[in-house]
Amino acid sequence: MSAGKSFWEMDEMRIITGAMVILGGATALLVVMPYMLLKEVPPPAALKPYSDIQLVGRQSYIANGCVYCHSQQPRDIAQAPDFKRGWGRASVAGDYAYDTPHLLGTMRTGPDLMNIGARQPSKDWQLGHLYQPRAYTPGSIMPSYPYLFEVRQGEAKANETVVNLPPSFAKPGQVVVARPEALALVEYLLAMDRTYPALAPLAPATDRKK
Amino acid sequence: MDFTVSVLLGTFILSIAALFVFIWSLSNGLFGDGLQAATEIFVPNELGRVEDPAATAAQIKGLQQATGTASEGDSAVSESDAKARDDADKSTSLVVGVCLTLAVVWLVLASVAGLISSIKMHEPDWWVQYGWITFGRIRPIHLNMVAYGWCSLAGIGVAIWLIPRLLKTELVGAKYALVGGALWTIGVFAGTVAIAMGYSDGLEWLEYPWQIDILLVIGGALVGVPLWLTLLNRKVKHLYVSVWYIGAGLLWFPILFLIANWPGLHFGVQQASMNWWFGHNVLGLWFTPIGLAASYYFIPKVIGKPIHSYNLSLLGFWSLAFFYSQVGGHHLIGGPVPSWLITISIVQSMMMVIPVFAVAVNQHMTVLGNFRALAYSPTLRFIVLGAMMYTAASVQGSLEALRSVNTITHFTHYTVAHAHLGLYGFFSMVMFGSIYFIMPRVMNWEWPYPKLISLHFWLVLVGFAIYFIWLSIGGWLQGLAMLDEKTPFMQSVALTLPYLKARSIGGGLMTLGHLVFAAHFFAMGWKFGPRRLGAALLGTSVWTRFKAKGVAA
Repeated sequence: MSAGKSFWEMDEMRIITGAMVILGGATALLVVMPYMLLKEVPPPAALKPYSDIQLVGRQSYIANGCVYCHSQQPRDIAQAPDFKRGWGRASVAGDYAYDTPHLLGTMRTGPDLMNIGARQPSKDWQLGHLYQPRAYTPGSIMPSYPYLFEVRQGEAKANETVVNLPPSFAKPGQVVVARPEALALVEYLLAMDRTYPALAPLAPATDRKK
Repeated sequence: MDFTVSVLLGTFILSIAALFVFIWSLSNGLFGDGLQAATEIFVPNELGRVEDPAATAAQIKGLQQATGTASEGDSAVSESDAKARDDADKSTSLVVGVCLTLAVVWLVLASVAGLISSIKMHEPDWWVQYGWITFGRIRPIHLNMVAYGWCSLAGIGVAIWLIPRLLKTELVGAKYALVGGALWTIGVFAGTVAIAMGYSDGLEWLEYPWQIDILLVIGGALVGVPLWLTLLNRKVKHLYVSVWYIGAGLLWFPILFLIANWPGLHFGVQQASMNWWFGHNVLGLWFTPIGLAASYYFIPKVIGKPIHSYNLSLLGFWSLAFFYSQVGGHHLIGGPVPSWLITISIVQSMMMVIPVFAVAVNQHMTVLGNFRALAYSPTLRFIVLGAMMYTAASVQGSLEALRSVNTITHFTHYTVAHAHLGLYGFFSMVMFGSIYFIMPRVMNWEWPYPKLISLHFWLVLVGFAIYFIWLSIGGWLQGLAMLDEKTPFMQSVALTLPYLKARSIGGGLMTLGHLVFAAHFFAMGWKFGPRRLGAALLGTSVWTRFKAKGVAA
């Protein structure tokens, strides 16, 4: 280092202190302050914690990367017609009280899933749609997930869940059996229901004051 | 006072105060003599002398004519200076060679993963039998291999190579960087396997499980060690702007990654806010500083002229650090997060025009009048194009943060196109140019087939143009369709199909370009082709020196 210079005059020190102070400020704003504010948000009374099987399903949602095409954050009616599409009211922080890791998402290659359990409560539909989305939604570009199912000739065993495909997609003599992972994932999807009224929002989704 | 208002007011006052402190420090000469600092990257008598080890002898001649006044008769760089530079370059060759080789391997793998993801978007029943190759896994594998495999390792290699050149001394502590780079690579490999097997943390940019993240935190900290050790030995009076960017970037990354991945710390919506604090900072405080450090070195070095304004470059540095670090919230516009957070991020996103224009004006003014040099210098062609893409991506990013624009583009492919403009158009292009410059010095061997450099350039340029233009249009139309309540959602999917297919074509050309690049890279590694050392060294004076010693064949 260059000798004879005061601490502050050394470029190295300016880089280190400046870089750390600035990063510290940004972290305080975007990480620490939300932490302090949101820690106190109580879960809405109507929101139930996930059951064990729903949590297994949520893990499957993460493992298979559903979040890369589906958001879980309907926007306010003033900003976008999310509510009119049946995706639900604008979400508030409390709705995510049990959601760690968060799955807000950044893409809508497919629709928002914040309330998919309320919108599409049929287990048969959900299972079949995972097996072959195009059997239910023509033109869908969602991948099919055959590896979550077992296809076999003949009959299913007594304790197995058979997927009831639409006639044009069902093959005669063949049964499609849901594997435990598919069943858990569907349990999670069916639990996606935040149709209860939002609490007085601590953190409004959009600033209506302006 | 209302909490939101007081936070906003506080931020505003802090920003203005910081600006005044900065202006005051500039006017008091705290940043030293601008011109002297700007010429710190040259040795005496080197100004006006071009350098591009990637260029052939004929190209060097053309480059010199296109830019400079220095000719054969001018006073030459002294032998001791040439020797010192040679030693500086040699001190990094092993660690840089290793990092860049790994980076190129990751680039090829990442491109293939990206191409597969792209095709899967319009062929949803293609290759669905196995979990590890499903779209939801191969897409994050692509992103992580690009970000932590290709971009980070290329950035680390380029940064380490630049350190001794910028400090005019040999690298100290290369072994730390070697160990760091090794840990890092093991981490990327393990992370890829983890995602493929379904062990993902579920957060974009932060998919690797925390046990693997430890490797990247330690590895990232270790690769920074040689910089600090070498700084203690520096032979330069001023720290050139590239050192500022590299130093800060190497400090920032391990801290960002550590906080973001701390297990059990983050929850619910707070985690979403943290997610985008990280997601944008990894771009703004890790890739961007290294990309800018490289372009601030190579553009003036290739054409042999100092940057237009050294003080402007430091203004760019500090304002980038300040504003960029707070923009993350714009990824959550309309989301369930506190509105003051989003407003701050939108404001700081707009303020980003300050550092962006500081860089744009500075680099453009440096190249101005030397545009013919682009025809001769392979390095310059990639880097100047990359620098232009930086301006474009940043201005686009600021606009996308506006609530009105964001309402359309959020949740669409438009954002994906924008992300590629930044990390590919800017960062990867700058890395390509830098690698073309660096590798001949690392290998002491010229690029064997100069035509392949042109082929690489045109393949990725055309491929990327197709990728970016079509995906942006498709994404915009998708956004408009989703906002129109009368348009069924499925129509917003159907209308994107032709654009998604075009993206696959563009991505295919880019992948092809990367294969050409990688093949050329390894052909050089195995020392194919004729040995034409002339241009690869400091210039004609060194060429003469070597010829005199009978070293050159």
